[in-house]
Amino acid sequence: MKAASFDYIRVTTLDEACKALSEFGEEARIIAGGQTLIPLMAMRLARPSTLIDINEVEELVGITIENEQLVIKARTRQSEALSSNIVNENLPLLADAMSHVGHAQTRNLGTIGGSLVNADPAAEIPLIAQTLEAIIAVKSVRGKRNIPANEFFESAMATSLAPDECLVEVRFPIWTGEKIGFGFHEVSIRDSDYALAAAAAQILLDDSDNCKQISLAICGASPTPVRLRPQEELMLGKNLNDELINVTCDDFHNLIEPQSDVHADANYRSRVAKVMATRAICDARDRAKGILR
Amino acid sequence: MSEHKITLELNGRKVSGFAEARMTLVDFLRDNLDLTGTHIGCEHGVCGACSIILDGQPVRSCLVFAVMADGHKITTVEGLEGPEGDLSPLQDAFWEQHAMQCGYCTPGMLIATHALLKEDPHPTEEKIRESIGGNLCRCTGYQQIVEAVQLASKKLRETS
Repeated sequence: MKAASFDYIRVTTLDEACKALSEFGEEARIIAGGQTLIPLMAMRLARPSTLIDINEVEELVGITIENEQLVIKARTRQSEALSSNIVNENLPLLADAMSHVGHAQTRNLGTIGGSLVNADPAAEIPLIAQTLEAIIAVKSVRGKRNIPANEFFESAMATSLAPDECLVEVRFPIWTGEKIGFGFHEVSIRDSDYALAAAAAQILLDDSDNCKQISLAICGASPTPVRLRPQEELMLGKNLNDELINVTCDDFHNLIEPQSDVHADANYRSRVAKVMATRAICDARDRAKGILR
Repeated sequence: MSEHKITLELNGRKVSGFAEARMTLVDFLRDNLDLTGTHIGCEHGVCGACSIILDGQPVRSCLVFAVMADGHKITTVEGLEGPEGDLSPLQDAFWEQHAMQCGYCTPGMLIATHALLKEDPHPTEEKIRESIGGNLCRCTGYQQIVEAVQLASKKLRETS
């Protein structure tokens, strides 16, 4: 369980990081928190030739609000996002999901950007990015580009990030309206472990409490987090009573590809996904109505 | 393969050494600096036995390459003791409550709960259990560990 040999360099600016990625080629990797990369290296599932340490790149840290978006810089620690009032007040769905990410020891080093580029199919931060259609901003010596979450996550542990690109920030849209609620539910083997399945929902209700806007996604039951658009369409404009929610969530098996492993078989995962989705929508509805805090 | 000079502020002392880039911080502490209080368990971030405090926050030292800690402040389990080499109130409470069987997880448990008590001197049982959520005790002695932290918290309240 020791990593293979590699070269190590430390950079202090984003431009230096991009330059190093371009110079050292496809076998070079950025390291920030390292909370997934280092175990992968220990198990020799990853063997980068060079690690480019960005832990001193201060321009990649921070949480701000810009143009109705919550902007989190890539190297921001998960623990900072979890205790951030800006996140809590503007994007409570993310704040709630963050409490399920890893343990204190891993959140203190693990970063928001690291979780996104790692793209674990059961990870919570990619799920929220997918749910809210976050924009992922990346940079290389070739230039900058913005990638919508649904084009970023390609498969399990695989993204559309090019080998010479460095993640800069993620921008979560902030919804506007009076009656907005969120819901997040997860089942895992032990607290803070990866989810067997998790669901996230955000809902905006109109004046007569009908569903005006809804975003619903699940993770853990497919190679990437999956937005359940057909289910959203069935609920748009409707009064979200329990029966409608139950019926709607009964029928998304065709949208997911659950896998079996030692912890849960595919059938169980699929059932958990359904129950999590149902609960997340109910909570989102009740919070939007103000009957759940 | 690159080798690097590493300087740490370790338990209040400045120490230096050399390590290959691939050497983890826990190996550097144990093999190069002879501080074997920090235990190595799984070596891939599952068991928490190697927890240390890096710049005031608990982290897993098997998930940090030593070179990444260069210039940083580290506290290991050896650094928890009092000025005369006496047990800290938390260590003393672990002893009193028999919060260990084989002792393998103990340094990690001490670091995790030491960090908790610094942040919240009077945590609820739920918070204590959450703080050790990333630490495995294969003797399954969690109950006594929770009781030890509660006892330490009570002692801290009485002395403050």
